[in-house]
Amino acid sequence: MNIHDKYKPLTFWEKLYFPTIFAGLSLTSRKFFRNLALHILGLFGSKFKQDGAVTIQYPEYLRPFFPRLRTMHRLTKREDGSPRCVACMMCETVCPAKCIYIIADEKIDNPQIEKMPQVFDIDLGLCIFCGYCVEACPEDAIRMDTGILEFSNYTRNGMIANMNSMLALQPLDERYVKYDKNGERISEKYLKQS
Amino acid sequence: MTETIGIILAKFGFMLFFVLNFGGLLTWVERKQSAVMQDRIGANRAAIFGIRAIGLFHAIADAVKMFTKESFTPKNAEKFLFTIAPGISVFFALIGFAVIPFGDKLVVGETVINLQVAPLNVGILYLFAVAGMAVYGVVLGAWASRNNYALLGGLRASAQMISYEVALGVTIFGSLMIYQTVDLQQIVHWQGNYFWGWIPAWGIFLQPLGFLLFLTVGIAETKRIPFDAPEGESEIIGYSIEYSGMGFGMYLLTDFVETVMIAAITVTLFFGGWQVPFLMADGFHFPWGTVVELSNLVVALLQVGAFTLKVMFFLWLQMAIRWSLPRFRYDQIMRLCWKYILPIALANIIITGIVILALK
Repeated sequence: MNIHDKYKPLTFWEKLYFPTIFAGLSLTSRKFFRNLALHILGLFGSKFKQDGAVTIQYPEYLRPFFPRLRTMHRLTKREDGSPRCVACMMCETVCPAKCIYIIADEKIDNPQIEKMPQVFDIDLGLCIFCGYCVEACPEDAIRMDTGILEFSNYTRNGMIANMNSMLALQPLDERYVKYDKNGERISEKYLKQS
Repeated sequence: MTETIGIILAKFGFMLFFVLNFGGLLTWVERKQSAVMQDRIGANRAAIFGIRAIGLFHAIADAVKMFTKESFTPKNAEKFLFTIAPGISVFFALIGFAVIPFGDKLVVGETVINLQVAPLNVGILYLFAVAGMAVYGVVLGAWASRNNYALLGGLRASAQMISYEVALGVTIFGSLMIYQTVDLQQIVHWQGNYFWGWIPAWGIFLQPLGFLLFLTVGIAETKRIPFDAPEGESEIIGYSIEYSGMGFGMYLLTDFVETVMIAAITVTLFFGGWQVPFLMADGFHFPWGTVVELSNLVVALLQVGAFTLKVMFFLWLQMAIRWSLPRFRYDQIMRLCWKYILPIALANIIITGIVILALK
């Protein structure tokens, strides 16, 4: 549309003002009665394709997550259960929000791997969920695929996730599986990859 | 037998119950209607013992919140006026209902009860007087809070409301010329006539232009969207900025009560008030000759029910308008009143007068 078309002078019909008000009112009223009828039919158990509202009732129902969605971090494990992380500080360096705190320790039991983290804290209150830490990691030790978005807390300290809590997390919650359209068990797929 | 003080108090109580319930329910209607219009669900989380009742408890939750919140008075405010102003506002909004007839005559034993709280023979003039006082609550509240933004909001409110009061009177002169009375009960009785025996002689058929103009002016008088320049709660800051707790709640209630008021006056003047088509004092008399006889009590109940239904329709319409139209700019509000509505209303009076003379 030509931008100047927006400022065309009003026609006589539009200047009367009442006809256009009726047009607008009829539009909203039609929508109102259509949705009202759908809501009432829904109360009696009818299942129309179209719902009266597009609302997702959040705490009970969740939106389906996009598979690439970045959610709360988790640390992956080796086969013996120790953290995969080698405390190389790549993620801490690349982090634009400076929310990762790592203290390195010597790994005694395996001479092939020199280091492991003694402390691995992420301040989720500072994290901007850019995913750079995941990309920077050479060992695939940190991932953001837990599907956990609800970690609010009443204190600032409560927002800090430590190494043990992040090691205990599973990839993608089972809630996701329920909402997959193709019926694929997404969590299994993610398990196979890791 | 004349009415005792007890009957008058009962009528008063009924009207207050009617109005305040509608006023409270309108908070729910406003949320739900806008939600349904916009493909949403609307407030539905307030629950008592797990029962949600499609969000009806939100009205109660609102009231509890308003009462328990701190009512803060600014340091430099005029304490007395600041406290009393919301009360003035809501008082003048409520007493207007005294002259609205909500039914004809109810006979209990030998007592004939006129279903109107105060049968004033100057009904319309009383309504105008009350509507004229409504601006005091707003302006006093704005001035007493000693806040420049509130004062500016109050100035906008007074300019708008006083301008539209002029138009409010002029828009219904045409109807009053036809009805030849200012007593609201008689106006409703007049609308019990029929054209050619079957079309009810409601004001809308006689004064369609007057009805449109009156509804517009009435909505402007309630200070709600699309005429909410005095409040402008979302961005331009209005007269109620310094109010919190129940003071603010009373201004909110005033708006809703005025909405019910405009609906009630519109119904009374233009939609036959409590009249049900073809319902006489002793039952239905259909134009094709069928007669259904009903007792006085049933007739009275039907009339009150018809009045309530009509009021509900106009509440719905006002809510639909509120959620469909954007706000007028302040100069547009003034131009609409003085340059369009007032001249058209005056022309309406002249044309009505000519037609009445020609038909005589």
